[in-house]
Amino acid sequence: MADRRGALATMSLTSRVAIGVSALLLIGGVVVSLAAFAYGRQAAQDAYDRLLLGAANDIATSITISNGAPTVVLPVSAFELLALAPDDRIGYRVVGVNGETLTGYEDLALPSDRKAAVATFFDGDFFGEAARFVVVSRRFAERTLNGTVQVIVGHTLLARNTLAFDITRKALYVLAASGIAMLLLAAIVVRSALKPLERIAEGLSKRDPHDLTPMDSNVPREVSVMVTAVNGFMGRLDRQMISMRHLISDTAHQLRTPVAALRAQADLLVEEQDDRSRLRIVQRLHDRSVTLGRLLDQLLSRALVTHRVDSVKRERLDLRDVVLDVYEADDHGLLAPAAEVRLHLGDEPAWALGDGPSIGEALKNLLGNALKYGKAPIILGAGLENGQATVWVHDSGPGPDPSVLDQVGERFNRAAVNSGGSGLGLAIAQAVCEAYEGQLVFSRPQKGGFRVTLAFETVGGNQL
Amino acid sequence: MKRVLSFALLCLYALCLQGAATAQEMVKQFGANTDTVLLVRSTTDISIFSDVVDAFLTERPDLAVRYEQWGSNELFELTLRECREGVEGADVVISSGVHQMVKLVNDACAMSYTSPLTAALPDAQRWRDELWGITREPAVMVYNRALVPSADVPETRFDLLDLLRPFASRYVGRIATYDIERSGLGYLFAFADSREATTFGALQESFSRTGAISTCCSTDIIRGVAEGRYLIAYNVLGSYAQGFQKSDDRIGIVLPTDYTLVLSRALMIPAHARHKSQAGAFLDFLLSSTGRIALRNALLISPLLDTDTEEPGDALPATAQRTIELSPALLVSLDRQTRQAFLQRWRTTFPAP
Repeated sequence: MADRRGALATMSLTSRVAIGVSALLLIGGVVVSLAAFAYGRQAAQDAYDRLLLGAANDIATSITISNGAPTVVLPVSAFELLALAPDDRIGYRVVGVNGETLTGYEDLALPSDRKAAVATFFDGDFFGEAARFVVVSRRFAERTLNGTVQVIVGHTLLARNTLAFDITRKALYVLAASGIAMLLLAAIVVRSALKPLERIAEGLSKRDPHDLTPMDSNVPREVSVMVTAVNGFMGRLDRQMISMRHLISDTAHQLRTPVAALRAQADLLVEEQDDRSRLRIVQRLHDRSVTLGRLLDQLLSRALVTHRVDSVKRERLDLRDVVLDVYEADDHGLLAPAAEVRLHLGDEPAWALGDGPSIGEALKNLLGNALKYGKAPIILGAGLENGQATVWVHDSGPGPDPSVLDQVGERFNRAAVNSGGSGLGLAIAQAVCEAYEGQLVFSRPQKGGFRVTLAFETVGGNQL
Repeated sequence: MKRVLSFALLCLYALCLQGAATAQEMVKQFGANTDTVLLVRSTTDISIFSDVVDAFLTERPDLAVRYEQWGSNELFELTLRECREGVEGADVVISSGVHQMVKLVNDACAMSYTSPLTAALPDAQRWRDELWGITREPAVMVYNRALVPSADVPETRFDLLDLLRPFASRYVGRIATYDIERSGLGYLFAFADSREATTFGALQESFSRTGAISTCCSTDIIRGVAEGRYLIAYNVLGSYAQGFQKSDDRIGIVLPTDYTLVLSRALMIPAHARHKSQAGAFLDFLLSSTGRIALRNALLISPLLDTDTEEPGDALPATAQRTIELSPALLVSLDRQTRQAFLQRWRTTFPAP
């Protein structure tokens, strides 16, 4: 059963159309065949009924009255007419005014429900063979004879049946021919309809495994959905690949210098004999490793953000929770135990669509920047501002040099690196903002200090 | 209804044909084997047909044939009666009264039979696969060669009319033809004539005016011409005339060139025949080349009708040959009232003697 279902699911479109069209033709063929047969029968019936009627009228016309009695001299033409059905036996009877047989076969009975003066057709039997009869009347109003003479003429059904089958057979020939034509047409239509699919399949199979450029989307509407989806998928894959490459090259680039410096210090330490100098070198080693750890954190969080932006479904969240989580993680306690960090949460929930961990990472990086370059006290905040859901970090320092801010968004900036940081913190914040359609805003409030804000579109809180 | 009809017919036959069972003219038994005797009833003279039967028995020595010679009207009535009563009668019926045979087939008295030989017959010699024309014999005019000067020999019916036209014509009272009341064949020829051309009306009128003789039976008429009792005989079966001429050259034969009726004797196998397959074999033999040669030797497929004879002048053009077709149209000739009307007209022509 499952096999069959599987076979059905993988059946080629051509076979599906072939089966569909064949079924259609088969059902249509049966219906049309029956119709053709009925039509053939009717046509044959009509044709030969007219023949019968003509012969009967011919005979009726030939009746004359002599000495008060109807006399029939059968016209040969009537029988020649009937002989147009060449192999059929002929029955006839002429019935006088009193129901007596004037001539012909006496056992041909008149139909019981006969309406006078109208030619009546009826089916009967002639010496054991099915036959068709007509009866016509001729009224006489002579001095010597007043009444109706009736003429029955009939013949067996060979010619009728032959004609009916002939008509049916010819109709079936036409039907078969048109069926074949329709099948051919269907085959051509299917082939042309499936051409784009074949082209796509061919393009895919010829494609280099590392080629993630979009496919040609100039295809029929039905297929373009698929192509667009594949293109979207390849785009995501491409971005992830690029970001992986960036991550690796950034990491390599950024780690090389600090690690070389550590090694240099370590070499110095090995060669240094003087205890005081060694202590100083150890102090420097410690500083360097702290910086390196921070750098690693940033690189990893950026990798995390880049990964999640593309792969994790965004969800509705209250930004106050994000801020609270960052605050409670207490990274700042480790980085700068002396600095004062405060929370400032709005009264209303700040609903936004995004990824909590990504925004949290961005916030942590901003907090780290503030701890490193700014002045305490530092305020972590979240809330609704101007109809936007925001999270922000405020410190009491003067803020970075404007030239640093101008370079925000680049993968890393040399200035920040040179000043001891990586500059990745702002880049991460920028990336998160872009990913969730938010804005990164730098401001210097009037009461002093420097504030970095992530502002997102708010979404209704009552939708949950 | 049918039963009443059969009963009525029975009474009719009982009245009209007392002792019909003894009405056959002659009987002859062919073949030594007596296990399977094929009963053939025919209107053809035994003397003419015996060679054909002998040829058949050479091919089928396992059979014997009882050949009964009948008058056409008697044969028709007997066969119809046997058919209605469901009696096993003849195995093969051959009659020159083809209109009667058509009627028998129309009344469902015949058995259907098909073979490649029957299928090869032209439509005019086959009806319903139940009736087959086996011979080709012309209706001819016979004259006495001694008494009719060659200038007077009629080539057409018009010539015959011209002979009878002069007031004291020597042909007055010396023209003979079939008595159509007594001869089924004569009636058939007369009926066919009446359909073929208006000449027949004029002929009838002439015959009536000049006191022509209507009498029975081909042989009598032909002998009468040979002996000089009649000068010319009209509508005589060519096969008999030619057969007679072989032994007695006092007669001459003319195929009318305006048109010549061609009779094809009809054969049917009655529905109640006892030896149906043997009857079919007999039919196939008659249609086979051996059978046709035998029929030709018996003059039943008449050499007179050959269109490719050595003397082109004598040949009758094929267009003048009017085969009497085996068709239901022949039913008309047997219709009671039509026949009465036709005979009525005939009787005024030839007052009963």
